[in-house]
Amino acid sequence: MDNDQGLGRRRWQLAALLSAPMLWLGVAYLGALAVLLVSAFWTVNGFTGEVVREFSLQNFRTIVTEEVYRNVTLRSLGVAVAVTAICVVLALPMAFYMAKVASPRTRHWLVIAILTPLWASYLVKAYAWRVLLANDGPLDSLIGTPGYGLFAVVIVLSYLWLPYMILPIYAGLERLPDSLLEASADLGARGGRTFRGVVLPILVPSIFAGSIFTFSLSLGDYITVQIVGGKSQLIGNLVYANVGAANNLPFAAAIACVPVLIMVVYLTAVRRSGALEEL
Amino acid sequence: MTRWVLRSVMALGLFFIYAPLLLVLVNSFNGDRTFGWPPHDFTTQWWSAAWHNGGARDALWTSVKAGLGATAIALVLGTMVAFAVQRFQFFGRDTVSLLIVLPIALPGIVTGIALDSAWRSVIAPLGLGKGLFSVIVGHATFCVVTVYNNVLARLRRSGVSFEEASADLGASPAQTFRYITFPMIRSALLAGGLLAFALSFDEIIVTTFTAGPGIQTLPIWIFNNLFRPNQAPVVNVVAAVLIVLSVLPVWLAQRVAGPEAGASRT
Amino acid sequence: MRHKLLMSALAAGVLVLAGCGGDGDDGGGSGPGGLSVPKVDKLAALGQGEGAVNVIAWAGYVEDGSTDPKVDWVSGFEKETGCQVNTKVAGTSDEMVTLMKTGEYDVVSASGDASLRLIYGGDVAPVNTDLIANYSDVFEGLKNKQWNSVDNQPYGVPHGRGANLLMYRTDTVKPAPTSWGAVFDANSPYQGKITAYDSPIYIADAALYLMKTKPDLGIKNPYALDETQFKAATDLLTEQNKLIGEYWSDYTKEVQAFKSGDSVLGTTWQVIANLATADKAPVEAILPAEGATGWSDTWMISSKAKHPNCGYLWMNHIISPKANAGVAEWFGEAPANKLSCAETADKNHCTTFHAEDEAYFDQVWYWTTPLAQCVDGRTDVTCKDYAAWTQAWTTIKG
Repeated sequence: MDNDQGLGRRRWQLAALLSAPMLWLGVAYLGALAVLLVSAFWTVNGFTGEVVREFSLQNFRTIVTEEVYRNVTLRSLGVAVAVTAICVVLALPMAFYMAKVASPRTRHWLVIAILTPLWASYLVKAYAWRVLLANDGPLDSLIGTPGYGLFAVVIVLSYLWLPYMILPIYAGLERLPDSLLEASADLGARGGRTFRGVVLPILVPSIFAGSIFTFSLSLGDYITVQIVGGKSQLIGNLVYANVGAANNLPFAAAIACVPVLIMVVYLTAVRRSGALEEL
Repeated sequence: MTRWVLRSVMALGLFFIYAPLLLVLVNSFNGDRTFGWPPHDFTTQWWSAAWHNGGARDALWTSVKAGLGATAIALVLGTMVAFAVQRFQFFGRDTVSLLIVLPIALPGIVTGIALDSAWRSVIAPLGLGKGLFSVIVGHATFCVVTVYNNVLARLRRSGVSFEEASADLGASPAQTFRYITFPMIRSALLAGGLLAFALSFDEIIVTTFTAGPGIQTLPIWIFNNLFRPNQAPVVNVVAAVLIVLSVLPVWLAQRVAGPEAGASRT
Repeated sequence: MRHKLLMSALAAGVLVLAGCGGDGDDGGGSGPGGLSVPKVDKLAALGQGEGAVNVIAWAGYVEDGSTDPKVDWVSGFEKETGCQVNTKVAGTSDEMVTLMKTGEYDVVSASGDASLRLIYGGDVAPVNTDLIANYSDVFEGLKNKQWNSVDNQPYGVPHGRGANLLMYRTDTVKPAPTSWGAVFDANSPYQGKITAYDSPIYIADAALYLMKTKPDLGIKNPYALDETQFKAATDLLTEQNKLIGEYWSDYTKEVQAFKSGDSVLGTTWQVIANLATADKAPVEAILPAEGATGWSDTWMISSKAKHPNCGYLWMNHIISPKANAGVAEWFGEAPANKLSCAETADKNHCTTFHAEDEAYFDQVWYWTTPLAQCVDGRTDVTCKDYAAWTQAWTTIKG
């Protein structure tokens, strides 16, 4: 095949493959995000409810100067980190058992057991936790309940996102050859040592991949907080309150910049590990 | 010993996952309208109410349509990008995966309000208001990543030798795709598509902002009904039915594509 | 979902007036800020139905049996009039206004804020009440109010109303409270078990309390608060935050909290109190000495209606005793039609919801969107608008 001609054809093929997805994600989606970002610099006329399209830093000034926004941001970050940590701690042994200990037949059923709860509505599960955690509820009569509040939010969010952490770790472990574990054992490493020295480093991208789910889903949640959060509020609630009820899209957009910034920083940080391809 | 520890953690983990679901099932027979504990009366009235609830059936159907639409788009777009990234060298290749991950990595409320305001200011003036289609668009945006990652991983593992052989033996590109490439990525497509469908099926935040008036997906229906005490127990029934029904596609996918299809890559 | 409805009822820019429920002295021909009403003709005579009517409504207002086969006030209307009812359920007042502007819809169930925007925007037509036989049976206390009429010309038919009450557990809260002071008492023995409505509009509840207990502040309308008044109200709520166990926003959540005892004292709706009682929770709901905040909705017809006759037939039907009773019971509010009280399945519905008790509703300040132009008519000060209320609510919750 003529090389030049081949190159030209490949270029056409590439263009054909990329144009639609890039139009969708690169132009439409990024465009929508960009418009949202721009609108954060606008304000709303209180009388007509119309957006005033004049550049203003007022929204950002409010967010930076008012203490409450800093507190809520830190609180939301804390919740997201705690949820991610709990999910990792629970998911590692579970995924390890599934991938390396269970018989193939059991493994098959365990995967189904982890996947099916994803189909039961998120809301129904959150409400079930509200009942579990109630005063005089099932948990209260067994071990006592922490009551509604931030702690309850962390528990429920960890519950909701746990499968999203188990699955990538399980997939990562499945690809890990058994011979590697055996070799480590042959060289005299004990279980814990093998895990820390051999398994964990290989799993890092998978853990990061799972954490993208648990971290971002926790950071953006506003419904679980309403159900079990007592009187606490997270950053998602602030965005929702301003866009939903107050009709103040510019201010909501300005608040939304905070989690976007956090996630972009986080994604860039974990990207080098290859985590993005483990999702 | 480690084995025993692992086994108990697994058992505890499964208990942690299933105890609340069990509560949902118990409460679907609870005579109390707001999930009082412990249940006083046993009743099957919620099950019969759910059976006669046309709204729930319509919402389920809407969700299935939205899920299928979003999955179809994600399958096409995700596969295209995966091929482009794996089979070609081009400028900006490294940022593509970042771009694809972005819609699912950013909080749903951000994606939701961004798409909502863009739709209102750009597409609505063209005469296409928000409806089921805008829900499909919103869902497809964050579903592409699941297909992309599954197909990409498969392409990496399998290389191009079979396709080259096929071409050398005189097969047309269409034939090669039909007989070599597609069978090779079929289980990856199934795994990615299943996950895309599941993501779409239980999505509520992006849906809240992209659904046109009158469009009710199942999660939106649940949201609207959970907060009306007369209807709240019916929601438990629907959730219980969903859990049971969901075993089917997951099990089927595992049969068709081997254990990794259901799970392999989230 | 009620909370969404009520919250969104406040969402938009609205021009509602100083008046609370009872006084009936309506504003003049032009609105605040000198807005004038576009001239739109009302339907002169009722003709043949057009075969369809396109409706925008809140969830729960137009039930055709698809939620529960027994809950159906649409199928009969369709059979009787030949008007096929096509419903769009709207989530917010903004959405209602946007949809009405498309001209594709005939009637809308607008809340206090949307209704005035629609009137001043020329999107809805004045209503010829002579063509709506059931209008004469609507409670006088709901007719010709500032949110549904201009210059005594009705722009819609009233649908229903309700008040935000004070609920408490009778087994734990003793003595029984009679004032909103109970939820603001810094030394409350019920600290951590008090609940409040999770919306910026709850600031009006604090303002109402201050209006009655701190006359020095000069609050005349809980929705028109200047700088000083607003600060007093938000300070009170910041103090109250220490007492709060949780804020509630949907009714399942509140009933459940009162049943389990997670909450023992706080704001409620009548329907929530009834449900809690039905589930055997020992609760009582009262209208405290200071009065209360509340809500009221109106059915309006588009100025560009393609099916005006079916639209009128619908407005007549939805406030007919049977249908109005059905909605009121399903939704949990006081019906607008006097005769509905004889049609409710629960014969005590009207008594429970105080439907016929005008003295009761005289004490209710219906939800109104706060604007920078004080809705109590003051022109020498600027009031805090709803965006400011929202940001203050964020700060109060911390």
